[in-house]
Amino acid sequence: MNALVRQWKVAAAAALLAAGAAAAYVSAAPAVQVIRVVAKRFDYTPGEIRLKKGVPVVLEFTTQDVVMGFSAPDLDARSDILPGQVARVRLVPDKTGTFVFHCDIFCGSGHEDMSGTIVVSE
Amino acid sequence: MDIAESRRNFLKLAGLGGVVFASRLAGWADAADQVAHPGSAYDDFYFVQMSDVHWGFEGPPNPDAKGTLPKAVAAVNSLERQPDFIVFTGDLTHTTDDPRERRKRMAEFRDIVSELRVQSVHFMPGEHDASLDRGKAFQEFFGPTHYTFDHKGVHFIVLDNVSDPAALIGDAQLEWLAADLGQLPRDAKIVVLTHRPLFDLYPQWDWATRDGAKAVDLLLPHPNVTVFYGHIHQEHHHMTGRIAHHAAKSLMFPLPAPGSQPKRTPLAWDPAQPYRGLGFREVEAEVKSAEYALTEFPVKRG
Repeated sequence: MNALVRQWKVAAAAALLAAGAAAAYVSAAPAVQVIRVVAKRFDYTPGEIRLKKGVPVVLEFTTQDVVMGFSAPDLDARSDILPGQVARVRLVPDKTGTFVFHCDIFCGSGHEDMSGTIVVSE
Repeated sequence: MDIAESRRNFLKLAGLGGVVFASRLAGWADAADQVAHPGSAYDDFYFVQMSDVHWGFEGPPNPDAKGTLPKAVAAVNSLERQPDFIVFTGDLTHTTDDPRERRKRMAEFRDIVSELRVQSVHFMPGEHDASLDRGKAFQEFFGPTHYTFDHKGVHFIVLDNVSDPAALIGDAQLEWLAADLGQLPRDAKIVVLTHRPLFDLYPQWDWATRDGAKAVDLLLPHPNVTVFYGHIHQEHHHMTGRIAHHAAKSLMFPLPAPGSQPKRTPLAWDPAQPYRGLGFREVEAEVKSAEYALTEFPVKRG
């Protein structure tokens, strides 16, 4: 195999990885739980997310309408949620309790009530 | 010692860093009557801060939603010595998804505050005014969302941390701020006016500016900086290094103390004490020492 072909194969593998990031992620870490959360003006579904302390989880956010945010300051986690894309937030909760998350991108007249809770138990 | 001198000494005792402030927490109706005529013993100036009017809001937290702002305007107009100028630190209107309704509320707000005797008024937006259209309607009615002005030796900087719906000041405005500060002597007397807190007061309730620390870092080399802001609908005082940050009350509904309850819902209207928790503020500037004496006033004088 000449150098040019090797280079192409590496590039193709990178492109495949990028295109199938979700699949690649799952195959690389099959034990991680994935929780899908749908945002729309002005709530999240589900509005309550139950997690276990020390157990990794990936939150997958989508929005049904406008740009939203996910912010859980107590867990040091946030992400933009863009229309047509999946926003992934990996979390390993290091404490128990009930923690508020909210939309931190002003999205309309009900924005200030757009929040949910993450409940972390032992 | 006259009343004004006595008050000045009290304020110095209540000093916080380079800034002094007074708080009239005890009564909602008596503060104005206890204060000597503003400026009667000083050569310096004072201004009035009004904030979080939320014109267009309707609901149980304020059964006199349409009457509160006119009452506040009347209260400011009744001050025996009028301030040099007035600032509105954002949320002039309550948000609406309808652009036409937004402009209607802004027009009504503008008409009411045009009754202020003092015609030198500086406006800035809150997220309710500007975050849904990146400040377009606000600029149509009130002009730029960030700017500077100077008054009797104090340099005022108005920062916009709301036109970006993600609560960002943004790199372009931060560069503008750095350039403005770069033209000033290090010991310039600087007052920053903005809507959201520039520090992480309580991010769980969105009481923060995501890149506010960058602005504070730019301001920190200057020893005489004070920040006045709104957003949290209550009096609050905080230091970041040697910079004092003072939040003002609302003129529509008060909000709970940060983290004091699960949700950031307005405090209930108390029929026994209407307008409790609402008000405006007098800021008396002693330019030479870069000190600011704060006095809180109720919406309605008793």
